[in-house]
Amino acid sequence: MGRLTESPLPPVEQRVPGRWEIGTVSRIRVETPRVKSFRIELPMWMPHLPGQHYDVRLTDPDGYHAERSYSIASSPLDEGGIELTIDKLADGEVSPYFHDVVVEGDQVEVRGPFTSYFVWRGEKPVLLVGGGSGVVPLMCMLRHRRRTMPDLPMRLVYSVRHPDDVIYADELGDETLLTFTREPPDGWTGHTGHIDEELIAEAGIEDGIGFVCGSNGFVETGSELLMDAGFDPQRIRTERFGPTS
Amino acid sequence: MNGFVSRGFKRRRQTPEELADRLPPGQYLEPGWPVLTAGPTPDVPTDEWSFRIDGMVGVTKEWSWDEFHQLPFETITKDIHCVTKWSKLDATFGGVSLDVLLDQVEPLDAYATFYSYGGYTTNLPIEEISDGKAWVVTEYDGEALPREHGGPARMLVPHLYFWKSAKWVRGMTVMDHDEPGFWEMNGYNNHGDPWKEERYWGD
Repeated sequence: MGRLTESPLPPVEQRVPGRWEIGTVSRIRVETPRVKSFRIELPMWMPHLPGQHYDVRLTDPDGYHAERSYSIASSPLDEGGIELTIDKLADGEVSPYFHDVVVEGDQVEVRGPFTSYFVWRGEKPVLLVGGGSGVVPLMCMLRHRRRTMPDLPMRLVYSVRHPDDVIYADELGDETLLTFTREPPDGWTGHTGHIDEELIAEAGIEDGIGFVCGSNGFVETGSELLMDAGFDPQRIRTERFGPTS
Repeated sequence: MNGFVSRGFKRRRQTPEELADRLPPGQYLEPGWPVLTAGPTPDVPTDEWSFRIDGMVGVTKEWSWDEFHQLPFETITKDIHCVTKWSKLDATFGGVSLDVLLDQVEPLDAYATFYSYGGYTTNLPIEEISDGKAWVVTEYDGEALPREHGGPARMLVPHLYFWKSAKWVRGMTVMDHDEPGFWEMNGYNNHGDPWKEERYWGD
């Protein structure tokens, strides 16, 4: 595989993004007991690059604002809106609002899409490494590949704690290597325990580009494993969760 | 601003008033210190570390770890603001003011690009890093600066969003023009004033 693989993605014109706009929640899907996905229709929608995020702003009647950033889960081919997948953090301010208050038809204020470092532009081969809800921007990449280049070599190594933590469970296929770190489902014959050298090797992606997303500790481990597996540090992109609550 | 109210949204974080005044718009108070880094964490032993100022300067200078620690050291307590929305108040660092370093090199032009081990860059006009606005720091809370937070040495430019405070810093180049750095090319604002909420391009 060539190092300077030309991008096979159709060019996306990146207009200046970022005016606040009021979107409408058109669909809510329960992914796991603490994760929901929200499809938001946008009046000023523009195509995003897989991996980009939107900012969400909540406003109370006194004008108090709470802002957070959430990765986009949907392919940019899903025109007219975005899907944000939100993990509920118990002591948070924005995620509990989405989980406990927002219903279909509600309006939410958002702006985006933002930043172009943790983005996939069609390079190959690709190894995605996600921990917990770190899988969200990686799912955007998987979905976009499925829609555009289903044969492009892309694999996902996905680490979760428990069986009911698997987000997008019904969409994970042969490209995914799943591991359970605490408790596998009954009868599970696949991987258990934290991501390690063998799991990365089993993904079989060499001389590729890596995307690692999750908690800081997870990303630290994941990016070191990719470097040990021969990935060029300049081709390992990481996204670490700050506390997005 | 536009009169929009989020249906049923109730504020959950009550920030004490005297602290609330120190939070720029859209920021929340974070008691910890989250780690945010683009790419793997560089590992730079102090005996290999140096800090260099080059480019449009009267004299190019480079300080080794030991030479750097001969310079006047300050304790700096500042509020820091990350573009990802958290702010940390009264963070205490130890390091050397950039004024001390710039005095020794005589910058001849108005812009600088900071560069780091690992390849990160960020741009700052000289006026944003002089007169007590910027430091090269090697200590946090009286201890060696942890590697995940940029140790052995990072920039501290607390009046701007924290991506301007380059971790694992190894030097700066003085230039006659402004050249966007890593995040500035990837969507974050060229200036980054948290009080004006200059987060992204176009803000």
